[in-house]
Amino acid sequence: MKTTLRIRRGSAGETPRFEEFDVAFEPGQSVLDGLRMVRRLIDPTLAYRYSCINANACKECMMLIDGTVDYACTVRLKQGVMTLAPLPKKALIRDLVTEIAPPDERL
Amino acid sequence: MNSVENSSPTHLETDVLVIGAGGAGMYAALEAARAGVSVILADRSLIGRGGATVMAQMTVAAALGEQTPNHWEYHLADTLAAGRGLCDERLAALLCEDGPQRLREMDEWKVGWAREDGHIKQAQAPGHDRPRCAYVDFLSTGPAVSKTLRTRLKSASGVRLIGDLAIVDIVVQDGEACGAVALHLPTGRAVTLAAKAVIIATGGLTGLYRRNSASANMAGDGYALALRAGAELIDMEFVQFFPIGHLAPRLIGMDPIMWDPFRYKLGGRLLNSERQEFETTYASEDSRSDGRYVLTRDLATYAITKEVEAGRGSPAGGAYLSFRHVPEAEIRRAFGPVVDRLLANGIDLARQDVEVAPIAHYTMGGVRVDETLQTRIPGLYAGGEVVGGANGANRLSGNAITEALVFGARAGFNAAERAKARNLCWSAEAARPVLGLLRSATKRDAPNPSAAIAGLQTVMADKVGPFRTEAKLRSALSSILQLSQEIGNVPLSTGAAFDTTMVDWLDLRSMLLVARSVAEAALTRSESRGAHQREDQPRLSEDWCVNQIISLSQGGISLRRIAPANGRPVA
Ligand SMILES: Cc1cc2nc3c(=O)[nH]c(=O)nc-3n(C[C@H](O)[C@H](O)[C@H](O)COP(=O)(O)OP(=O)(O)OC[C@H]3O[C@@H](n4cnc5c(N)ncnc54)[C@H](O)[C@@H]3O)c2cc1C
Ligand code: FES
Repeated sequence: MKTTLRIRRGSAGETPRFEEFDVAFEPGQSVLDGLRMVRRLIDPTLAYRYSCINANACKECMMLIDGTVDYACTVRLKQGVMTLAPLPKKALIRDLVTEIAPPDERL
Repeated sequence: MNSVENSSPTHLETDVLVIGAGGAGMYAALEAARAGVSVILADRSLIGRGGATVMAQMTVAAALGEQTPNHWEYHLADTLAAGRGLCDERLAALLCEDGPQRLREMDEWKVGWAREDGHIKQAQAPGHDRPRCAYVDFLSTGPAVSKTLRTRLKSASGVRLIGDLAIVDIVVQDGEACGAVALHLPTGRAVTLAAKAVIIATGGLTGLYRRNSASANMAGDGYALALRAGAELIDMEFVQFFPIGHLAPRLIGMDPIMWDPFRYKLGGRLLNSERQEFETTYASEDSRSDGRYVLTRDLATYAITKEVEAGRGSPAGGAYLSFRHVPEAEIRRAFGPVVDRLLANGIDLARQDVEVAPIAHYTMGGVRVDETLQTRIPGLYAGGEVVGGANGANRLSGNAITEALVFGARAGFNAAERAKARNLCWSAEAARPVLGLLRSATKRDAPNPSAAIAGLQTVMADKVGPFRTEAKLRSALSSILQLSQEIGNVPLSTGAAFDTTMVDWLDLRSMLLVARSVAEAALTRSESRGAHQREDQPRLSEDWCVNQIISLSQGGISLRRIAPANGRPVA
């Protein structure tokens, strides 16, 4: 099976652009699995946050998935196009990464 | 040009710098602050989220003695037995003796240990001679531990928390640790941190392996930080593989080692592709069985690996684990809400098998410290899983979180005592080489570092996995050398904020060094003991009742041997 990840990219201050990446997947794989495949197989510069991969414990992988705020590690890949964008209410850092740390836990 | 080059580094000062905000790092920060010094607690991820602690779902071992009479010395005896002669007894004793105190303090801080009849409830796990393992229901131990420590930190005075700050190297001046250099991920700026004492609490190295239970931040930074700072590592050949890690179908929101309690409580069956139960065959036939439990972790790992090699593996390359013989009501009674979480993943245990395989899970080896948790570099301490020695050749379940809490607290206290007696001795000169490394980063056509990491993980899994041979280890070492040449000495960079390419490159720099340490130590140890199994040297050898110590000399790795009992050199 194949999905096309349509990802909003760019750093703070840049005009955002959308890029598309095709990834092959098995049923049950997560959007995060797809993003990791993109980094490994297509474009290592793609930025997104994640730590725990399987446990859904770190809560770092939140993003806008097809218009809804959700965890990239719990939403499953589906056939067709899936659109990914950074969290809308947080300051953008780059690509899918936003400033999500509480203010008193930053540099 | 990258952002590191664009700007001068941000400089921060503190009494104690703690690297890594897992159970060990957070406890260290709390304890140092309690002793009255200033602390910076830095993590490459967010505070309390990045490592193993928040992911652990099982138990924490300590001789509380509330449920069954217990004494820390019984716990120590079990820990030493599991370590097969290699434990540093001073560290193992510290773990067992301080454990109850830490668990009680966590209880006061409202971690929520499961209770029964008014006392903290303790389960019995393999290798423990009595019920000794506390937990938080349901499968919430790690998240509860993390949250409790993080909440305490929020109200502790003198602690500054900084996330998104990856420590790249420790700075050493006149043979003593005086701080560190870090990369601030959101801006790409270099940060220098001056400190009177530095604690490495960066967790384990299981991210070196293809199948693992690790987070993205657990590829072994701390071992490399310690080596490059001049400290020593011990027992690096001992990596624990968890035999029945979850393999398929894709399961999210659960700890991949969760099948262990299911097996204790419900007695799941391990089956090969011919649907034969194979465990007992190995338990009775294999000389490695120690006869204490049906199948130890090492032996279960062996049995599954051999079935897969013989072409009797499950479709995803492991074994089937089946609970279909257990009545549905019993499964639900034992695991209530967890059954629903499994159903949400499309797994109905009463009707369907899952696939499991050995996964890299914990690191017994690590940074060599004395009983004050200090390395041979004055001012450089370590705490948590990154410390080597307490568990010897194998670890008991439940000992790792205890180790994180106990060693973290001790390292924090001792580092604070040192800091109180000294002035800052920051040396810009000593920080120059690593700042130079960061500044030298270039955009260039080079191997995809993310793919290179995956390549290294495959080499480690295939050649330095649970079952080793001299030929495999030599082949791994030559692949590691080749990968090192491919990535070169100059960091890759995209020049953008949150530079994943640069982080991958820096990770590789450390991973390759740590991978080499594991493979070299495994190659030299020509016997099988605990988690280190050599197919070409299947017996335990009395001559090898020694620890191997690793240090860096002129860029190369050097190995020497000591006696576990007294730390003295052995020829
Ligand atoms: C899935 C899973 C389940 C487990 N279950 C149990 C269990 O039930 N019982 C038990 O006793 N043990 C268990 N273990 C083992 C135990 O959880 C760990 O050994 C223990 O939590 C380690 O704590 P720590 O503080 O040393 O490291 P961690 O909790 O791993 O924290 C290390 C931190 O350091 C940070 N870091 C790493 N490198 C850098 C750097 N260069 N700069 C800045 N920060 C850095 C990481 O981001 C991370 O936040 C489990 C492990 C895993 C992976
Ligand atoms: S990766 Fe940790 S919650 Fe999604």
